[in-house]
Amino acid sequence: MNDIGLWGVPLAILGGAIRVSTPFLFVSLGECVTEKSGRINLGLEGTLVFGAMAGYGGSYLSGSPWIGVLVAGLAGVLFGLLHGFLCSLPRVNDIAVGIALMILGSGLAFFFGKPLVQPAAPLLPSVPFGFWSDVPQVRAALEINPLFLIGIAMAVALFWMFRTTRIGLILRMVGDSDDAARAMGYPILAVRIAATAFGGFMAGVAGAYLSLYYPGSWNEGISSGQGLMAVALVIFARWNPLACLGAALLFGGAGALGPALQSVGVNQGYYLFYAAPYVLTLAILIITSSPKRSLQGAPRELSITK
Amino acid sequence: MSAVAASPPRLAERLTGETAARRIEAVLIPVIALAAGLAVFGAFIAAIGKSPVELYSLVWRGGFGTWFSLQNTLQRAAPLILTALCVALPAQLGLVVIGGEGAFVLGGLAAAVAAGTLSGLPAFAGIIGMAIAGMIAGGAWICAAGALRHYRGVNETISSLLLAYIAIALFNHLVEGPFRDPGSLNKPSTPPLDPDFAIGAIPGLSVHWGIVIGILACIAASVVIQRTTFGFAARIAGGNARAAAVQGLGVGRLILAFTAAGGAAAGLAGMIEVAAIHGSANASLIAGYGYTGILIAFLARQNPLAIVPMALLIGGLAAAGGLVQRRMGLPDATVLVLQGILFVSILISETLFGRLVVFGRAARGRAA
Repeated sequence: MNDIGLWGVPLAILGGAIRVSTPFLFVSLGECVTEKSGRINLGLEGTLVFGAMAGYGGSYLSGSPWIGVLVAGLAGVLFGLLHGFLCSLPRVNDIAVGIALMILGSGLAFFFGKPLVQPAAPLLPSVPFGFWSDVPQVRAALEINPLFLIGIAMAVALFWMFRTTRIGLILRMVGDSDDAARAMGYPILAVRIAATAFGGFMAGVAGAYLSLYYPGSWNEGISSGQGLMAVALVIFARWNPLACLGAALLFGGAGALGPALQSVGVNQGYYLFYAAPYVLTLAILIITSSPKRSLQGAPRELSITK
Repeated sequence: MSAVAASPPRLAERLTGETAARRIEAVLIPVIALAAGLAVFGAFIAAIGKSPVELYSLVWRGGFGTWFSLQNTLQRAAPLILTALCVALPAQLGLVVIGGEGAFVLGGLAAAVAAGTLSGLPAFAGIIGMAIAGMIAGGAWICAAGALRHYRGVNETISSLLLAYIAIALFNHLVEGPFRDPGSLNKPSTPPLDPDFAIGAIPGLSVHWGIVIGILACIAASVVIQRTTFGFAARIAGGNARAAAVQGLGVGRLILAFTAAGGAAAGLAGMIEVAAIHGSANASLIAGYGYTGILIAFLARQNPLAIVPMALLIGGLAAAGGLVQRRMGLPDATVLVLQGILFVSILISETLFGRLVVFGRAARGRAA
């Protein structure tokens, strides 16, 4: 038996960061696209919880966890479309709609998810990238879910899309100036609704990751604010999909701190370590905000930074 | 047209006519939205194969229909009124604060800890001390979100919610650790209150004084907002922060004061729950009162006086939840679904203001 002592802590944090960061990554990439179009969706928390339930149910009924992921994504699209349409009504505030859909999404998830607490659904497999090592901690840290890799690929693809493609340009223009987009004849509402639907899809998939991989079961406490923290994470990442990846890993690492320390016998202040990701998010928001100017790189039509 | 406008009495008449139409609109639109929300929820219940008629009759019986259930509703409405104020007060300045749950649990904890240090004092002094402790803790917590907004430009919606998660972690840490009563075995709690410090029932009722405190707080908030220059300044700042700054109104001071007052209300709600219901601070406090308060404040369109009936409505629905659950075999999240649907329908109704044909015609008719 290899005993690697305190080296286990950074390893556990690394492994934990990879495991915990995936939902942050997916939600934040989706929200990044939504915010680039000039809308903000605080309801992703509810979408994530509903996605976790729908994904688990889909996997249980179909026998395939990947069908579960798809079901979760489609459920997310429905919530995204709802948010997109509601915010298109005149005088309806996108932040308030987000809060309302957060409550509705969680409510519906708990309502339909009641019978899913007991049965065991097939879970997502992981790829053992640590096969070369004899150290169990290394192996454990490098058990990586394919969704994490898909997330990395999506971050790169979205970065490229915003940079060089026509769709990326239209999204940015709609988010930066209603007037310019209208002058160019682009359908502003349709673009925003589509961008919000995409954000909903990603949040739904993030939920499926929670229920089908880590922690890998459905219960009512499955999300602890990941959907909301992702909104702050996008601000921290300055609406840059590649920076979202780094930020998600950082948040994942903060979330893994408590369990990692607990695994080596540090039990003092367990709940305080549990608060680490929230404290980190808040600290980052405080550092990166300024009362004088709107945030650098922020889409100018975004209500939250105006 | 010009002759009409030039004649002062007619002008005044036209204005009062419009004001009346606007008042009717302000009541009618939320009522329509509530009715639509209840209808959509009824359809949802019918779609899953249950009877909406049975559901609503159970809700009536469990929430409002009997003297017993009405008292239960009043009891539940008390903390909701105060947590709704935590949303409605900052909203006068255009701020969306959604972290009342954090102020609520910390207020409850601060009150329970204060009760320990105050024991031996006369009951009334002890209760006042607990209330002050709860209000300071809750007020400081939400004021922090206001200060971050003013001094650093941090969005208060996100920061207040993060602060709520941090508050709950802090609460769990303190209740399991430094402030834990060694006698509380399975359910970590602070030491039980001195029985003298418990908030009792209103004479002749089985409802504690919290509902009276909540109503008084709403009246006070309404007076401050509607009748003082301070409240007037807040409403101007809420309408247009830049104009308010140009007028020399201290927007920063207003933000700090209104967020602190809102947090203090939520903290007081936590204190009342501890002193009237639980008898100590423990995890039962984390029951989502802060989040339900958001819904009530929006239902009331951020008007403190309208909060009271809305809190009674939502409190009654929540009180009936158990009965509905038992009789109809529905999950306990049914109430949460209903809350979500009501919230969405009330937000959609915002779009109707100024667009209903009836009021449009009335206004046009008088203008012509």
